[in-house]
Amino acid sequence: MPFGRRKELPSHLWTQCPDCGEMLFNKQLARNMNVCPKCEHHFKIGARERIEMLVDKGSFEERDPLLAPGDPLGFTDTKGYPQRIEAARAKSGEQEAVITGSARIGGTPVELGVMDFEFIGGSMGSVVGEKLVRAAERALAERNPLVIVSASGGARMQEGTLALMQMAKVVAATARLGDAGIPYVSVLTDPTTGGVLASYGSLGDLVLAEPKALIGFSGARVTDQTIGERLPAGFQRAEFVRDHGFVDQVVPRSQLRDRIAFFVSALRPTAGEVRWSL
Amino acid sequence: MRDPIGTIRSGATALGLRRAAEDNGDLPADGLLIVDVSGISGRVSAWDAVKLARDLKRPHALDLIERVFDRFQELHGDRSFRDDPAVVGGIAHLDGHPVVVVGQQKGGSTEENIQRNFGMPHPEGYRKAIRLYRLAERFHLPLVTLIDTPGAYPGPEAEERGQAEAIAKSIETLTRLRTPVVAVVLGEGGSGGALALGVADVVLALENAIYSVISPEGCAAILWRSGTEAERAAKALKLAGPDLLALGIVDGLVPEPRGGAQNDHDATARSVKAAVVAQLDRLSPVPVTELLAGRYERFRRIGVFVEPETAPAAPRRTWWKRVLGR
Repeated sequence: MPFGRRKELPSHLWTQCPDCGEMLFNKQLARNMNVCPKCEHHFKIGARERIEMLVDKGSFEERDPLLAPGDPLGFTDTKGYPQRIEAARAKSGEQEAVITGSARIGGTPVELGVMDFEFIGGSMGSVVGEKLVRAAERALAERNPLVIVSASGGARMQEGTLALMQMAKVVAATARLGDAGIPYVSVLTDPTTGGVLASYGSLGDLVLAEPKALIGFSGARVTDQTIGERLPAGFQRAEFVRDHGFVDQVVPRSQLRDRIAFFVSALRPTAGEVRWSL
Repeated sequence: MRDPIGTIRSGATALGLRRAAEDNGDLPADGLLIVDVSGISGRVSAWDAVKLARDLKRPHALDLIERVFDRFQELHGDRSFRDDPAVVGGIAHLDGHPVVVVGQQKGGSTEENIQRNFGMPHPEGYRKAIRLYRLAERFHLPLVTLIDTPGAYPGPEAEERGQAEAIAKSIETLTRLRTPVVAVVLGEGGSGGALALGVADVVLALENAIYSVISPEGCAAILWRSGTEAERAAKALKLAGPDLLALGIVDGLVPEPRGGAQNDHDATARSVKAAVVAQLDRLSPVPVTELLAGRYERFRRIGVFVEPETAPAAPRRTWWKRVLGR
């Protein structure tokens, strides 16, 4: 993969910020939610770390942790697909590219899905699709808001058209939430591109993004090749996407939890004290 | 398929096994549709399918619309930005009854392809499609979509105008559209840009059409780091008609004339018409709530995964790691 947090965190003790060049102690960086204290560069973080950051302490209950991919195409490039899965598990410590579960955020019960870019570029195959659909179906059954935090290069090539179809599968499930008046908040983190952005990533009732996250339909490589240096400044960054009208807010990591808590409690379908209700 | 730790739960089942016929209802209603992989003899190689699907002489959306439908009246524009020539659509009669048809339009020549942007829609193309989907829904007309695109246009203007959002909305609109939808992949089904027209009650493909998560060239460039491995990538991606049928991506293949659809547009159109009419006859009496539930299930069950009953054993750590407790 072209980028990953391991590359950004090469040493055990300190890390150079790729944006401002500042040398940062890892402990200091971790205390600051992996955000550079000098320039606010948001480092990529894993799904577990993200969950810990977002949910009320001890409230997360993971669901479907063991769901594992098959090899429906018998896909082999330079490596077989099962070997790639094994390597991704060793590298990320996770079973797949999304972790789902039930939790509370600021007291509001939610269904949560958090993607991990470290697992084959956060790519969406059958397991990601199935886990997210189950999360959305739980949200519908429990009437709890759904929160999905994306970090993905798009659909997983090794599962071919089956991976492509996961876009429709997940969107069909999130669309049902809309019909039932259950809020869905989509959070886009660095990077969210391709099939994930072109499906559930873009479809939250609210779409939030982390500062400077790469957010685009085509990978930067594709667009770079087609037009080279004519790309506008900040192209495909969170602020650019917000300014063009496709993201509601760019929210710094330190405020993300409180912001989501506010939105889900405001939109929550069974709010306790409703004064103006229709 | 070997399955050591659990049961394979999948709608698509393993490759080589067609989705169970009972799932499909009585799909082969017109008797011409290929719905069984074992019935396919002498299939072309994946790369030949790619070449056939991209053949300039292959009938494109308007070639077929002209032959399959009567009284087609093209409708232009997304009511917001402009008219995208890579997406065509309008109201027409099919076998004497009004329907809405939306398709992606490639050119038959370089000149025409430049005008049509090689069938690569901009966001406004998808927004035009959504507008026409809504038109079909509002007036209870069946919707027929014709898929033929290398993919959505990846340029910077498309990004600025929300290509991803346009595709996502198009998919979302189709998942809940309260009218029967039949999609036909005519040539190239290029990734999300194709799926934006591909969420339907019945998804058909012409025999030599392809449908893929990424172009073979793109896949080769990423995984083999070489554009020249496209042929191998095409094979690995299982993107040709018989594979799509086996995986449950499409419900049936529409037979093409000998040698391919490019040889006889009229015969191809007759095949497409028979297939679409038969499917709409089957779908139109279905109450809309059942229709939507069926459409949800059709996509809900796609995917292949393993669900173990118990946790897999932790990977064995080397002795020094165990001693050191790391």
